[in-house]
Amino acid sequence: MLAAKNIEFNYDKVRKFEFPDIQMKEGDELLILGKSGSGKTTILNILGGLLKPLSGEVIIGGSSLYQLKGASLDKFRGKNIGIIFQKPHILAPLTVEENLRLANFFVGERGKQNEALLRELGIFEKRKSKISTLSEGEAQRVSIARALANSPKLILADEPTSSLDDENATIVIKLLQEQAKKFQAALIIVTHDQRVKNFISNQVIVGGTL
Amino acid sequence: MNMLKLSWKYLIFKPLNTGLNILLLALGLAIITVLILIQDQFENKMTQDAKGIDLVVGAKGSPLQLILSSIYHIDYPTGNIDLKDAQSISKNRLIKNVIPLGMGDNYEGFRIVGTNHDYLELYTVAFQGGSAWEKPFDVVLGSEVAKKLKLNLGDNFIGSHGIGSSSHEHDAHPYRVTGILQPKGNVVDNLILTSIESVWYTHDEEHDHAKMEASVSKTGFPLTEEDREVTSLLLQYRNPIAAVQLPRMINSKSALQAASPSFEISRLFELLGVGVKVIQGLAIVIIVIAGLGIFIALFNSLKERKYDLAVMRTLGASSGQLFLHIVLEGVILTFLGALLGIAIGHLFLAILVMQNEQGVLGGLTAAVFLKEEFLILAFAIGVGFIASLIPAWTAYQTDIAKQLTKS
Repeated sequence: MLAAKNIEFNYDKVRKFEFPDIQMKEGDELLILGKSGSGKTTILNILGGLLKPLSGEVIIGGSSLYQLKGASLDKFRGKNIGIIFQKPHILAPLTVEENLRLANFFVGERGKQNEALLRELGIFEKRKSKISTLSEGEAQRVSIARALANSPKLILADEPTSSLDDENATIVIKLLQEQAKKFQAALIIVTHDQRVKNFISNQVIVGGTL
Repeated sequence: MNMLKLSWKYLIFKPLNTGLNILLLALGLAIITVLILIQDQFENKMTQDAKGIDLVVGAKGSPLQLILSSIYHIDYPTGNIDLKDAQSISKNRLIKNVIPLGMGDNYEGFRIVGTNHDYLELYTVAFQGGSAWEKPFDVVLGSEVAKKLKLNLGDNFIGSHGIGSSSHEHDAHPYRVTGILQPKGNVVDNLILTSIESVWYTHDEEHDHAKMEASVSKTGFPLTEEDREVTSLLLQYRNPIAAVQLPRMINSKSALQAASPSFEISRLFELLGVGVKVIQGLAIVIIVIAGLGIFIALFNSLKERKYDLAVMRTLGASSGQLFLHIVLEGVILTFLGALLGIAIGHLFLAILVMQNEQGVLGGLTAAVFLKEEFLILAFAIGVGFIASLIPAWTAYQTDIAKQLTKS
């Protein structure tokens, strides 16, 4: 389902990154651990089709990601990759529901499962609310719902728990795992948060030891 | 959700900013709208009122004043001319027709104009009631006059001396309404028309009752042996040679001057043109400022929104869609500004006309739409497009990964 081979990247001549190869099947989970500056966000960006690597190949569902150009890469990303950021980054002018529908719109989906998704994540009551009225935990759940709105094959989460307390962090990780199972999607969580280690056994460490 | 709705959501997210930009642009476009509306109708009206009049002859003075007073009835007459002089000119072979005018009185601010039936024919009037004057002191009312003063057929009123209202009244002879004209949208709507004789007899000290009962002349000059005066003459040429010879001939006669309506009108427009240009310039400055305002607003909001834009990209938006997203915001802004501006322009003209019913703008209407107004709309959209180009290009080039890692 997902394969990343011989990925190399450098921001400048001094900081050069080499990443371990990754192989994942549907429903697999992977934790990428690393210190700050170890390049874990970089690998996430590369896997998410946001940053072209210097060399190497990312294959998702049989398509080589960086063979796609321009708008077709954008559409592929919108359709197949759901990205959850450290901060929720919900579009503030839109309501919760509209944030999901925007994700549907960009890839031409109908968004039939939006309602069910919002119910499962416990934010259905807030679907007409603006983001400013949500709590931190609710906002994070909205961003998860939005990432899942197009039933992606790959779910990438960048430090999804770092701003949450233990209780909420556990809820978020559990939610991600549940939803990934449900969609038969591969789940990759990038974090330096030690709490997450207990939930996912399949781990990769980038940038040396912790 | 679609691109239009997305841009709209972002616009109403900042209602004050959006409102201010729309208002500023609307103001500039409203000025242009008013100018276009007035210019179009004013020129039409001016030309229409002067139709069929080749030359105006009156007392020496400003030729423009002569035209304004004798054709448009807005300025004061230059003075009176001797009836004998007037008659001698009208015998010229080059003249097809002469319509004498006698002015100097008003009723409630509406001018009483003494003339003959040829004047009614010149403007091809139609009566909504009654008929033209037959006896002295019979009057025919323009439609506006009848409506404003609520006068009906058979009503009597007493004129006042002078062109404007509030001069002393002639107490002796009341005028009697014998006809009311249909609205034509020209100068006649605002006039009280009567015979030259009426105007003469009002100012006479003695009262000759036999004269009052005699019929008035329907065409040409009234027959009289007395020393009388008229205010001006409206002439029609018999042939094109007249245009060359007549004005020079008349102007060489010391007491009279001849003025050509078409020449004086174009001179007037030239004079007004300076003022119009200044106002136009002002409007364009306002529009440019509005355009800059939109540019700055978009550009500033872009700083805060780079993250939003990057997020949209991760959701599957292409860079072209982001470009469109920003351009649409500019275009929606200016489109609404143009609609509001055109509406304000019409409203403003309606108020202007309402307050100036007897004046120059009297016959204008705000309830017309010109195709130039579509040009305003297109122009505004162009402004929005240009103002949003640079911000849109910046959005187009947003580096997603860098943006997302920056926070």
